[in-house]
Formats: sequence, structure tokens, C-alpha cells
Amino acid sequence: MSRVRDFFVLSGRWVIEGRRALSEGAIWRPLLFGQMRKLGVDSIPVAVFVAVFTGIVLALLSSYMFTRAIPLYFVGTLVTKAVMLELGPVLTGMALAGRVGANVAAELGTMRVTEQVDALETLAISPHAYLVTPRVIAAILMFPVVTAVAMAVGVLSGWFTAVNLLDLSSVEFLRGARQFYNFKDIWFGLVKSASFGGVVATMGCFEGLSARGGAEGVGRATTRAVVLGCQAILVLDAFWALVLL
Amino acid sequence: MIQFHDVHKSFGTRNVLNGFSLAIPEGQTTVLMGFSGTGKSVALKHIVGLLEPDAGRVEVDGETVGDLAYEELMRLRTRIGFVFQFAALFDSLTVHDNLSLGLKRQGLPPDEIATRVTESLRLVELSDAELRFPAELSGGMRKRVGIARAIALRPRYILYDEPTTGLDPVTTAAMDELMLRARHELGATSVVVTHDVRSAFAIADRIAFLHEGRIRQVGTVEEIRATDDALVRGFILGRPATGERV
Repeated sequence: MSRVRDFFVLSGRWVIEGRRALSEGAIWRPLLFGQMRKLGVDSIPVAVFVAVFTGIVLALLSSYMFTRAIPLYFVGTLVTKAVMLELGPVLTGMALAGRVGANVAAELGTMRVTEQVDALETLAISPHAYLVTPRVIAAILMFPVVTAVAMAVGVLSGWFTAVNLLDLSSVEFLRGARQFYNFKDIWFGLVKSASFGGVVATMGCFEGLSARGGAEGVGRATTRAVVLGCQAILVLDAFWALVLL
Repeated sequence: MIQFHDVHKSFGTRNVLNGFSLAIPEGQTTVLMGFSGTGKSVALKHIVGLLEPDAGRVEVDGETVGDLAYEELMRLRTRIGFVFQFAALFDSLTVHDNLSLGLKRQGLPPDEIATRVTESLRLVELSDAELRFPAELSGGMRKRVGIARAIALRPRYILYDEPTTGLDPVTTAAMDELMLRARHELGATSVVVTHDVRSAFAIADRIAFLHEGRIRQVGTVEEIRATDDALVRGFILGRPATGERV
């Protein structure tokens, strides 16, 4: 019972600190672009790697499923829909939960156990304004950008596979992709990924700043940040499907 | 003036401060001395509001730290420089940026920040380290940068948390000299947590001996040297006391 109470007390404190930190733009604004590069741009290779193989597998699986009963150009439909609506945002989110969540938790955890966070406080600088806010905002802004790149690469990779390994032309692939295309498919995935970014960065910051007990504590915090980040992505994915579809 | 009034602090089932009361006079160097784990660093962290007492109160310049609103606490912190045991320099920033961070927060103009950084590094004899990263510095140099970061703020109070721990005797003497110089040049009230007896005798105006979370004895260096308290005497001489006897 006391753990539940502690959780709500801590969450409430984070909300209050977060709102206050947002108003301290002079502290976090200069750090924002650096974090956008570090958490977003530097994550693009990982996202591209995941997207390439997702596109290949989707194209091959759909051609396997569509044998005889369904026209093969539906490979284009399935690849596009699956990448944009689900696999692009979720797999990119998962990959970034590992990369970004671990990075943030380890960095802030090390700062916590080496008293750098205390040092910030003694300099009258809020750790929420200096450490948490730029990371969370950067992740919210950059996860959709990385996801958009991953979506494009995933579809291109599916197209490339379909054209080269399946008996399908580019025209047929495009026909399938266009047949059930809806603009909502894109923004739905991007909205989801923005929420994934927010939750992954928040988990990383929360676990990092809660780290105790040296290297072991930092390791524990990092693991928890990644696991909780991935779990939160799955929960949010279901939530957005319920709310927006 | 800094005052502790019957401060209690526990971590889980462990009572660290247990009725800790002490007044730290203006313009002097007060050394908090005692065995490891007696709550010296914990007491220090209460002064800047890094920790809150379970009971009792800590006053700085007549303000109770625990009662301060956020903005008031931030204002109080700008009057206090804190030197951490392992320096706690920001890894990702150069020495210059480590020093200028707190000054930017105070809203000082860039030329004033540059002057303060240069002067503070000169005071700790590290003028040539301005563009280096903490990872490129030795332990002693990091501690000196930690002191420079604190004094760059021109604080009214400087709190040192075990500034000589882990240093060789020569570097320790240099650190003592540095703390004395910082006090004379800034006129700041200093509180130093240490269990280095030689260092304490070299820098202190007053020594407060902590034991089991409360003050065991307070006095000048001479009074502590001549103490009849077996426990304090045993600590000073580096001999374990048996019960209350040396």
C-alpha cells in the first residue's frame, strides 16, 4: 500500500516539477537542438536497419499468404498499411526505447550517483529544467521524424523485395499501395510515435534520476527504463488504436 | 548565520542525525569532524535543501530552509557554494563551462562570467585547464576545479564535503591553503566536513565533533586539542577508544 502511495506522491511531484521546468525556457531551450540531434538524428541508422528488414519480411510473408486466393498486387497494400499503421511506429519505438531509453537512463543515472545532479541543484538549476525537459521535448519532436524515415524505408524495402524477388511489377505494387491508402494512415503513425517518444524519454529520465547505489544501480535503472519503455509503447499502441481508429 | 535546531534524519531504519544542533558563526571556518557514517555530509546537505529533516529545522540567514518556496530556495542556493567530495564536475562540459553554468543561471553578462571564471581558475592555479574536460584532470585537479566552481559564485557561504579525502599529503596541504585563501579573499563563512585531523587543525576556527548523529563537542582548535573527552581524543590521536577511554 505504501508503495502505491509513494508512486502517486512521486508522480505528482514529477508533474509539478515538469510544469515548473517548462516555464524555465532559458535553461532548457539552448539544450534542445543538441538533444534532438543526439536522440533523433543519431537514431536514424538503427531505425533504417529495422525498417529495411521489416519491409523485406512483410513483402515475402504477404506474397506467401496471398497465393492464389488474393491478387498479388495486394502485397503493396499490406506492406504499406502495416508499415505505416503499426510496424513502422512500433518497431521504431521499440528500437529507440532500447537506444534512447538506455542512453538517457545511463547518463542521468551516472550523474545521479556521482552527485552531478546534486551539484546542479546547488547551482540553483532545476534538474527537471536542465536534464529532463530538453530530452522529453526532443524525443516527442524527433520520434515522428525518425518514424517517418523508417516508414519510407520500410515501404521502399518492401517494394524493392516485391519487384526483385516476387513476380510483381512496380506498377502493380503501387496499385496495391494506393488502393486502400488513407492520409490518416500517416498521421496516425506519427501521432503514436510522438507519444512513444515522450514516454520513452520520461521513463529514461525517471529511472536515471531515481538510480541509487553506484554502477549496479545505474545498470538496474537502465534495464528498467528499457523494459518499462517497451511496455509503455505496447500499452499506448493499444490505447491509440482504441481512440483513433 | 547557519543554525541547526534539533535536526533528526533517518534513512529507512538507520538514524543518521539524532537531535543535531549547531550554530555556525559568520566569517569563520567551522569544521564538522567525526567518524565515518556519523552524519556529517548529511548535515551539510540540509543547508542547501538537498535533504529535508524528518524533525527539527535548519536556518540560513534567519530563513528556515524547509519552509522556503521554490524561488526562495533557488535564491538561497545562489548565496551558497558547495564543494562535493568527488568534485561532481559535469562530465560533458569543459572546465570553463562547469564554472560558467552557475554564473549564467545568476544572469551575469558574458564579460563578467569570463572574468569570474578566469579569476577563480587563477585562484586555484588551474588557469591552463580552462578548456579541458574533467576526464582529462587528476583527482586533485578536479577537486580544485570544484572549489573554483564554488568560489566563482562569490558565495556568502562555502560548504566543503570531505575536500581532502583520497589526496596525498602534499596535495592535501595545498587544498588546505586553497581553502584558507578562498576564505580570506572572499570573506565567506566556511563549513568543512572532514575526518582529516591535520587538515581540520590547519583550517578551522572552530571544530564541531559529531558522534551518533549529534554534537559531542564544539570548541576552538586549542580546546579540541586539549579535550578530556576520551572519544574525541581517541579520534584526534588516531587510536580506538575503549568505551569512553583512550
